[in-house]
Amino acid sequence: MLYDLFIGPFAEFDFMRRALVGLVALSVSGAPIGVFLMLRRMSLTGDAMAHAILPGAAIGYLVAGFSLPAMTLGGLAAGMAVALAAGAVARLTVIKEDASLAAFYLISLALGVTIISLRGSAVDLFHVLFGNVLALDNDVLLLLASVATVTLSLLALAYRPLVMECVDPGFLRSVSRSGGPVHLAFLSLVVLNLVAGFHALGTLLAVGLMMLPAAAARFWTADITRLILLASGFGVVAGYAGLVVSYAAGANLPAGPAVILAAGTLYLGSLLFGAQGGLARRLLPRAHLQR
Amino acid sequence: MPAIRFDDLTLGYDRHPAVHHLSGEIASGSMTAIVGPNGAGKSTLLKGIAGALAPLDGKITLARGKRLAYLPQSADLDLSFPIHVYDLVAMGLWNAAGIFGRIGLGRGGRIEQAIAAVGLTGFERRPIGTLSGGQMQRALFARLLLQDADIILLDEPFTAIDARTTADLLALVQRWHGEARTIVAVLHDIETVRRAFPQTLLLAREAVAWGGADAVLTPANLLKARRMVEAFDSHAAPCGRDAA
Repeated sequence: MLYDLFIGPFAEFDFMRRALVGLVALSVSGAPIGVFLMLRRMSLTGDAMAHAILPGAAIGYLVAGFSLPAMTLGGLAAGMAVALAAGAVARLTVIKEDASLAAFYLISLALGVTIISLRGSAVDLFHVLFGNVLALDNDVLLLLASVATVTLSLLALAYRPLVMECVDPGFLRSVSRSGGPVHLAFLSLVVLNLVAGFHALGTLLAVGLMMLPAAAARFWTADITRLILLASGFGVVAGYAGLVVSYAAGANLPAGPAVILAAGTLYLGSLLFGAQGGLARRLLPRAHLQR
Repeated sequence: MPAIRFDDLTLGYDRHPAVHHLSGEIASGSMTAIVGPNGAGKSTLLKGIAGALAPLDGKITLARGKRLAYLPQSADLDLSFPIHVYDLVAMGLWNAAGIFGRIGLGRGGRIEQAIAAVGLTGFERRPIGTLSGGQMQRALFARLLLQDADIILLDEPFTAIDARTTADLLALVQRWHGEARTIVAVLHDIETVRRAFPQTLLLAREAVAWGGADAVLTPANLLKARRMVEAFDSHAAPCGRDAA
């Protein structure tokens, strides 16, 4: 009984195993990126950039159909262009970065949907917006694994200046010129992970496995190292739980949204019961100095 | 050989000078207080020395091969970031360790010593957001200590902290002075300047007086400095020296 629910689907079906592998790769690399986005108060930036990828991927689709390299390259180009353009607009005009990001991502989303509709069907559009995590082929899995490898290696290399840039950018400027390049590398990793997430979860949900585990983990620890590990763990758990629930529910519950809902449940649970500023702790205060 | 030299230095924002045609030297190993009314250009001058602001005119020359550390007035620290006091202090080892160098065992002793030197022993595992203003300033001084700089710039380091913390941190500054480091501090408490700082620069966009504290901090000089800042006309035509 328990076997049928928790292990059977993965033992029996290749597409379930592939989905699980893909989601693990996505979580392990996306969640640490999400932690830094959250700590730099750039959560909405991540969301906006996820939408910004769409027109690029759509142009790739227009040129070559559902071709992995074309849509990946298009997405990367569009994501980087919007990230840099939003930063430039914020620096050169009176508009703040959040407003310029909102403008860019609304334009991108509308443009992307229009381009897809030019050639494709409503099914194609659905696929692009929400992904199809149960149809990951070898090439996509290889892409997800490569992105995870590159992300974790780069994060490890740039970890010290990245943390310093978050905590005390003025100090980093005074001792090193690495602040600018590190910020740029970080933005590139955000785009890279969003493009990877796009292939599995679609443009609207890609950011979910990035931000929700990070936000949930923040309710449990006040230590950056544990935060990163916990967020990755939450992502993996959400991916697994989402697949199990979606399989058990049959055709009624699509897998992508089920995974994001599982991550959302983890977030809401943490919000309520988290040890660091969770609501229950706030509403039922203990005597002070008591742990 | 001077640690810092100003040649006809003008610093400012958006073409409006905050420091105007300043020339002079700060001797190596000296301990100088910069005082002056609000708007006299004190913080701007430190920013210029630290290299955070490019001169509009003239130049600043630092002694070759000297390492510089700068503590701004209000560091733009993100106090909600989840790291501990130990990690914040350890950032001071950047020059010694860089991106990859280890700060563990061998140098770990230095981090603990620095934390002890500012009286924060026992606070190592505290998140930085839980520190009081005075404790945070102590932690930032511990980081300065680890930077092991030859020239140390402090912008209002004792503002809004209690007398006990001020005394402890001032003792640390005097220890640095004893180690022949060059100290330049912007201060507003005239009593502290008289008591602890051998050299004083009274600034009102340009130098009003520069030298021993007692000779500089006369009522006449202070009054003159205030008048010079208030009378400054930022809409005046470019002055002859600028045009040249």
